[in-house]
Amino acid sequence: MKKDDTPQERSQEALQETNSEGIRLLLVDDEAGFVEVLSKRMAKRGIRVTKAHSGTEAIQTLRKNDFDVTVLDLKMEDMEGIEVLKIFKKMAPEMPVIMLTGHGSNQAAREGMQWGAHDYLTKPCELEELVEKIFEAVRERKER
Amino acid sequence: MSGSPEDRHTKKRMGLYHVETAGDGRSTLKKRVFSVVVLSIAAMIAVSALILYHFYHSYRDKTYAHLNILVEKHRRDIDSFLKENLGAIRFIAKIFTFDELRDASFLENCLMNLQSHFNNVFVDLGVINARGVQIAYAGPFRLGKALYTEAPWFKKAIQSEYFISDVFMGLRGLPHFIIAVRENHNGHAWILRATIDFVAFNNLVESIQVGETGLAYIVNRGGSLQTKTRADVMKEGEILTILGEMEKGRYGQTYITTISGRGGNKYLYVAALLKDGQWLLIYRQKISDAFREYNHALRVAIAIILLGGVCVVAMGILLTSRVTRQMEKGEREREAMSAQIVESGKLAAVGELAAGIAHEINNPVAIMVEEAGWIEDLLEEEEFRESKSLKEFHRALEQIRTQGRRCKEITHKLLSFARKTDSRIHNVKLNQIIEEVVSVTAQRAKYAKVAIEKNLQEDLPCLRLSSTEMQQVILNLINNAIDAMEPDGGRIMITTRSDQNALVVEVEDNGPGIPEANLARIFEPFFTTKAVGKGTGLGLSICYGIIKKIGGDIEVESHVGKGTTFRIKIPLPVARGSATLSATSDQTSDSDRMNRGV
Repeated sequence: MKKDDTPQERSQEALQETNSEGIRLLLVDDEAGFVEVLSKRMAKRGIRVTKAHSGTEAIQTLRKNDFDVTVLDLKMEDMEGIEVLKIFKKMAPEMPVIMLTGHGSNQAAREGMQWGAHDYLTKPCELEELVEKIFEAVRERKER
Repeated sequence: MSGSPEDRHTKKRMGLYHVETAGDGRSTLKKRVFSVVVLSIAAMIAVSALILYHFYHSYRDKTYAHLNILVEKHRRDIDSFLKENLGAIRFIAKIFTFDELRDASFLENCLMNLQSHFNNVFVDLGVINARGVQIAYAGPFRLGKALYTEAPWFKKAIQSEYFISDVFMGLRGLPHFIIAVRENHNGHAWILRATIDFVAFNNLVESIQVGETGLAYIVNRGGSLQTKTRADVMKEGEILTILGEMEKGRYGQTYITTISGRGGNKYLYVAALLKDGQWLLIYRQKISDAFREYNHALRVAIAIILLGGVCVVAMGILLTSRVTRQMEKGEREREAMSAQIVESGKLAAVGELAAGIAHEINNPVAIMVEEAGWIEDLLEEEEFRESKSLKEFHRALEQIRTQGRRCKEITHKLLSFARKTDSRIHNVKLNQIIEEVVSVTAQRAKYAKVAIEKNLQEDLPCLRLSSTEMQQVILNLINNAIDAMEPDGGRIMITTRSDQNALVVEVEDNGPGIPEANLARIFEPFFTTKAVGKGTGLGLSICYGIIKKIGGDIEVESHVGKGTTFRIKIPLPVARGSATLSATSDQTSDSDRMNRGV
């Protein structure tokens, strides 16, 4: 890794490939600490993160705003992520959804893929990997 | 130790058979065996009793018939003896005149003739006139001119044509009896009298001897003995009873009865009338003697019954104890099995718990790693770039990241222990999986100076299982073997072969081996001998879980200092498996070879 190859620069490169405007991302996870730190780190990489701490909050947020991509935790307390996914796919069919799953819940991940999710990652995951997938999803959407 | 999983398997099978019968069934079984024993003995006794009853009757009839014939024959013999002698005397009295016979020398001559013709039965002869005076005598006693006027026999003899007396002592003082024949001479009655040799007569009766106690004697109607005998003579009352019964004619010529004698002995009596009903020929024998053979048979039968009974009881006891022992064994096995079930239940519970914890830990670990990442992000900013401790910060953050990854690995392993990652079942080729895993581990093995050798049987039938799970099993075994042999290195031999209806995989190393104390625990979750931080202690329990789930067996054989072998047996699918086909073809070729006599 080159010394000056900072996260910002890397994100910048990715952005140039996709959209110079920051990606609008909805981050849905009921783990507040996780949402906080992830949104800060993503913001540093030029992603505009809107936080939602529950499935309900996420649906309400989506009703008011548009997003380029959603990162959705499949295991939340108020409702299963898969239900949120189904609703999202009705509200904004074009918006790609990347799912975060616990280990061993591949069944849920596969189900999610059937319901139209873009991709899934197993928690805990590397941020760079997640960002990669986000850019990839946005790029694919643009191409379509 | 090496066969322990197999043992467990057998125990399980055995245990299942006995679960229902063990316990409360034992007393019922004892009762059942008892009733079987009682029934068989009862049946045996009933049959024996019936046979003995019939045997007794036919034997008694036979004995009675035999004694009847015996007594009847002797009665006739004795009667004819008397008649014959009487006839001889009558003959003499008829053909010789009174004058001829009163001549002593003539009489002597007659006696000699009689004696020579009748085997000395006749002792003497005498001629007595109507007044009872003996006027001639021939014989050994000096009885000449004896006077018999008052003798009881004379009184009877003078009134009838002929007469045979009872035994009496008479003038000579010896037991004897006489035959007297009355004739007339010139209107005066006279009597020719002959004395019968008592010994000769007695022999006739005494010759009737059967068995040890059978003997005969003659009594007159008054009960006085007419022959010598060792026996107790019957009482008059008994004789009268016999006579009474006989006169009713109910029993033909002879009469059989049993009478208790002295000393508690029971006697069988056979009676027959003699001498126109004046005498009674009595045959007496101890019942025990007469029925000797019957008693013998009875004793043999009782012995057989007892022996049979003993046999039946012995068999019953043997059977009960054997069945009881078997049931106890079943019980023990069942206990062992339930202990095993508890054990595996515990294992499952531990797995469940571990999975829960793993899941819960994932989130905080994710946050920690992300927060570390955030610090790293911030460190990129200008104000920190010049910090002296920047390098140290980076090192610490990298360490947090590494440890976070380790946490992730642990939780992932825990979770795969609880639920499998990809448990979809395919047709998989075992050898292919092994090749893949070996290629994955090749690099690591090279660093650890471990040579991996393969001895894979070709054309193994396909298995139906999850390939990822199988990969995990093989990978864990190879990794363990490499770990065990680090840093000195060694050799791993992987063998596959088909064995009856199963495929066998052996992963053998020549490492340090596993101490016996650890062998029993190596499949337990969290059991590890590796240094802290190097192993989770889940690898082998995951293998165990996977192999058990597909109905297989995993066992370990280890010798300290020589090496360890893990042996996995995976059952082949039963229906239309290629293994069945190949097994059949093997058999065919075997039998072909045999047919050809090779």
